[in-house]
Amino acid sequence: MRGIRQTLAAAVAGGLLMSAAAAQDGPIKVGVLHSLSGTMAISETTLKDVMLMLIEEQNKKGGLLGRQLEPVVIDIASDWPLAAEKAREMYEVNGVDAVFGCWTSVCRKSVLPVFEELNGLLFYPVQYEGEESQRNVFYTGASPNQQAIPAVDYLMNDEGVERWVLAGTDYVYPQTTNKILEAYLKDKGVAAEDIMINYTPFGHSDWQTIVSDIKAFGSSGKKTAVVSTINGDANVPFYRELGNQGVAAEDIPVVAFSVGEEELAGLDTAPLVGHLAAWNYFMSVDTPENAEFIETWHAFIGDEERVTNDPMEAHYIGFNMWVAAVEKAGSTEADAVIDAIVGVEVPNLTGGTAVMLPNHHVTKPVLIGEIQDDGQFDVVWETEDLVPGDAWSDFLPESAVLEADWTDPVNCGNFNTETETCGGAQAAAN
Amino acid sequence: MPYVAPLWPAGHLPRKGGDQLVAHLDARHLRQCHGNRLVAHVDARDLPPRGGDGRQARGGRAKELRLQFLRWLFAILLALTTLPASAQSLENLASLLPEGNFSDRAQTVAAIAATGDPRAVPLLEALAAGDLNVVESTGQIVTLSGRGDPLEATDAITGDSIGEIAKASVERIRVNNSLRRAVRTAIGQLTLMSPDANTRMTAARAMFQAGDPVNVELLDEAIAEEQNPAVLQVMREARAVAILRADAEPADFAEAVDTIAARGDRQALGILQAALSSADADVTPTIEQGIADIQSRLALLDVGQNVWYGVSLGAVLLLAAIGLAITFGVMGVINMAHGEMVMLGAYTTFLVQNFIRASFPDLFDWSLAFALPAAFLVTGLIGVAIERGVIRFLYGRPLETLLATWGLSLIIQQSVRTIFGASNREVGNPGWMSGSFDFYGIAITWNRFFIVIFALIVFAALLLVLKRTALGLQMRAVTQNRRMASSMGIRTPWVDAMTFGLGSGIAGLAGVALSQIDNVSPNLGQGYIIDSFMVVVFGGVGNLWGTLVGALTLGVLNKFLEPYAGAVLAKILLLVFIILFIQKRPRGLFAQKGRAVEA
Repeated sequence: MRGIRQTLAAAVAGGLLMSAAAAQDGPIKVGVLHSLSGTMAISETTLKDVMLMLIEEQNKKGGLLGRQLEPVVIDIASDWPLAAEKAREMYEVNGVDAVFGCWTSVCRKSVLPVFEELNGLLFYPVQYEGEESQRNVFYTGASPNQQAIPAVDYLMNDEGVERWVLAGTDYVYPQTTNKILEAYLKDKGVAAEDIMINYTPFGHSDWQTIVSDIKAFGSSGKKTAVVSTINGDANVPFYRELGNQGVAAEDIPVVAFSVGEEELAGLDTAPLVGHLAAWNYFMSVDTPENAEFIETWHAFIGDEERVTNDPMEAHYIGFNMWVAAVEKAGSTEADAVIDAIVGVEVPNLTGGTAVMLPNHHVTKPVLIGEIQDDGQFDVVWETEDLVPGDAWSDFLPESAVLEADWTDPVNCGNFNTETETCGGAQAAAN
Repeated sequence: MPYVAPLWPAGHLPRKGGDQLVAHLDARHLRQCHGNRLVAHVDARDLPPRGGDGRQARGGRAKELRLQFLRWLFAILLALTTLPASAQSLENLASLLPEGNFSDRAQTVAAIAATGDPRAVPLLEALAAGDLNVVESTGQIVTLSGRGDPLEATDAITGDSIGEIAKASVERIRVNNSLRRAVRTAIGQLTLMSPDANTRMTAARAMFQAGDPVNVELLDEAIAEEQNPAVLQVMREARAVAILRADAEPADFAEAVDTIAARGDRQALGILQAALSSADADVTPTIEQGIADIQSRLALLDVGQNVWYGVSLGAVLLLAAIGLAITFGVMGVINMAHGEMVMLGAYTTFLVQNFIRASFPDLFDWSLAFALPAAFLVTGLIGVAIERGVIRFLYGRPLETLLATWGLSLIIQQSVRTIFGASNREVGNPGWMSGSFDFYGIAITWNRFFIVIFALIVFAALLLVLKRTALGLQMRAVTQNRRMASSMGIRTPWVDAMTFGLGSGIAGLAGVALSQIDNVSPNLGQGYIIDSFMVVVFGGVGNLWGTLVGALTLGVLNKFLEPYAGAVLAKILLLVFIILFIQKRPRGLFAQKGRAVEA
């Protein structure tokens, strides 16, 4: 028994040494940490595929620093404690150099301590509620000021909306986003009785009461819109009920932050034409970069019907930024990459460039699209310039004074500009 | 890339693609060439002063065209109205459509409506559907048909075919919600005199929605000629809204208030509340009275509406739970894979619909009728296989059964995910299951309505099977006393397999129904398994009537709690209620009497 244990210990130690040695000349390992089973598989499986595609394309170009890239795919099965375990496994057993992964905020929050402890790199590709900036995490999706605020501005200015329904699924992203939006709307002079906030459980499927409440709320004579942070799966029955109860987009438009091309794939969109979504990328955007990306994607996945969506573009941006930063630093070592990546510019798919900011968020254009009857979005409005991602919302009093800057001399995720002190990494995670 | 047009003098409008001034429009000109029925409300000077800040369209996809319909409408309108003089201005106005931003285009649309040209209706309809394209080289407005590239192009105004055209050489004219609203109003103005009552009804409703004081004259004219009482009513209401928003005479104003108050729905309430602020002191009491009447009526309606919503939620719960009432209730098997049977039923519907779409598109509306037996057979057979392969070795060991069926549910889910992919699959609603109808002011959606009917039919059929057939008799015998039944010569293993197959088959039927209201994804079943167990336990294990009453009670209770407590809290309160109830009556609402026999 003792012999076995010693052998095992030796093997583990040897393995660690070997992996350290191998890191110098073997392939560079890239971790892909997404749910391929369970509730979130519906959204995350595609992201795993797009990562494999990006890695394959990079290898065709000769790899990185003269070495080939090797994907390490681990299924976290929509189980967040498991995600933390698997993130650790990626570093300690597989010896990855960077990880691309997670979809939900709870997944990100679960794996954060692991990345901090092991000094890893996580590229997180989904729009989220903000109020966070970590040294080891790069947020390539939108923060609220890159999605929610411009969408509300569009409805207020172009559609003349005066009454607001904030409908969301009951968890951290919708709650924080709605808190920011509520503060923003009140700031703009919207009265409290003109804001209705509604939360539903995950996977809610009976929307009769809520849709009829929205109808009632919207029949007061003031132009009404719904801002939806309803999560993926619950959207199909929600939109069906809207269509069936005859809520037309011309009368009460719904602008969604979690509905993209992928979610519309399971839906007949004819009754939904005109409802809106705010993203930083749409598949319908007509640029040469996007056409090439879609073509590569279709060739890789072997299906012309598959759509592309915003988080896929975020992975495209994140991956290219990591590649550029590694080339700039000449090393895959985490500290070197973290120093090198700030300021890195890569093209996005909508015809602009994405810049990694000192707060580890990126610049993005904001697009408002209307749903078309073919399941695609038609861009009806976009920001003139790229919008820099803001980690701490300026519309919440407690976070308005905070700034994130991971470059010297500040080097802090939640720097209080009034007291000029750093709140510490732990406070930032809350 | 924003398109920047040069400035030009008022009244002179440019044509896309050059600075050549082609239109010399002014108000007088418009009045000369408009039709003999419509009044021009739009001065040409209101037209887009410049085409500056509008964002030019990017990309866009070819649309399936409704040319047939448009031509038909076009022909009728052309036959019934003779307005030769307006030809010039419609073409000129149409050529302005690609210009400017959305609000500029909305003004162009209003000007098109003011021409009264019958050809404007199909043009505007195509615009709202996003089917209009502009040929970049010539500025011609076309609609496209066919698939791929190049496409068949048709002149959008004349309807003449102009041959094939490359996708890259046209740009789609974009529409957004505010432009669609403008088009809806414009079509309403143009079709208010249509010979077809349905068209007039749609037009009158559009006028009601718009509620624009400029339409009063037009509505007066239409009301004078209207024969159909239903359409007349909507026209009067539309006129009343317009009057309330204009500076009308006190007598007119009071009459309008009465008309709107008589309508009595939520929209009327909103209109009256808005009117209250601008009303004179002497009509204020009338408006307040009207508001109070509507509010008391709506309060009553709310109760009816909640009952209906509760019943329809109850019907969904009943459908999901009734199969479980057999496998869990009658057989005592804790079947965690029940939800997956529902999911498989939904996927069967998807396959059947796909097959019908590909092979017999005419039968699409009947696809659910074909899906029902298919889903029953597929899930029933899988149920029999599960019973024979797994469960029969585990009778009398509830914990092992629970674990085994839970494992099975994971296996089935992941297999479906591997075969069909993780994303949602589209199951279409047949025409007769889309939309809603009005029942004394309560909007009842057809899909929910049919699901309630279907749930009751399934319930009645199951009751019949259990009470009136040999199989049902044997099932009841086996569950009441297995040994005795066996001694009487009943093949209990066979009965077990059939019972489990029946329960699973019914879950498959539920899947067909749920595919009409929920996602068809591998997770479909998970959402219903907890609710199903709740219903069966609450209603009383082993009693079908208990399941019916349990499902409806929970449905109605949930829907009455929801408006006050919110969807999240309502669900929690319901769970607390069931826990307390089970404490008091551990065997549920309708406890089975007599000697319940554990297998």
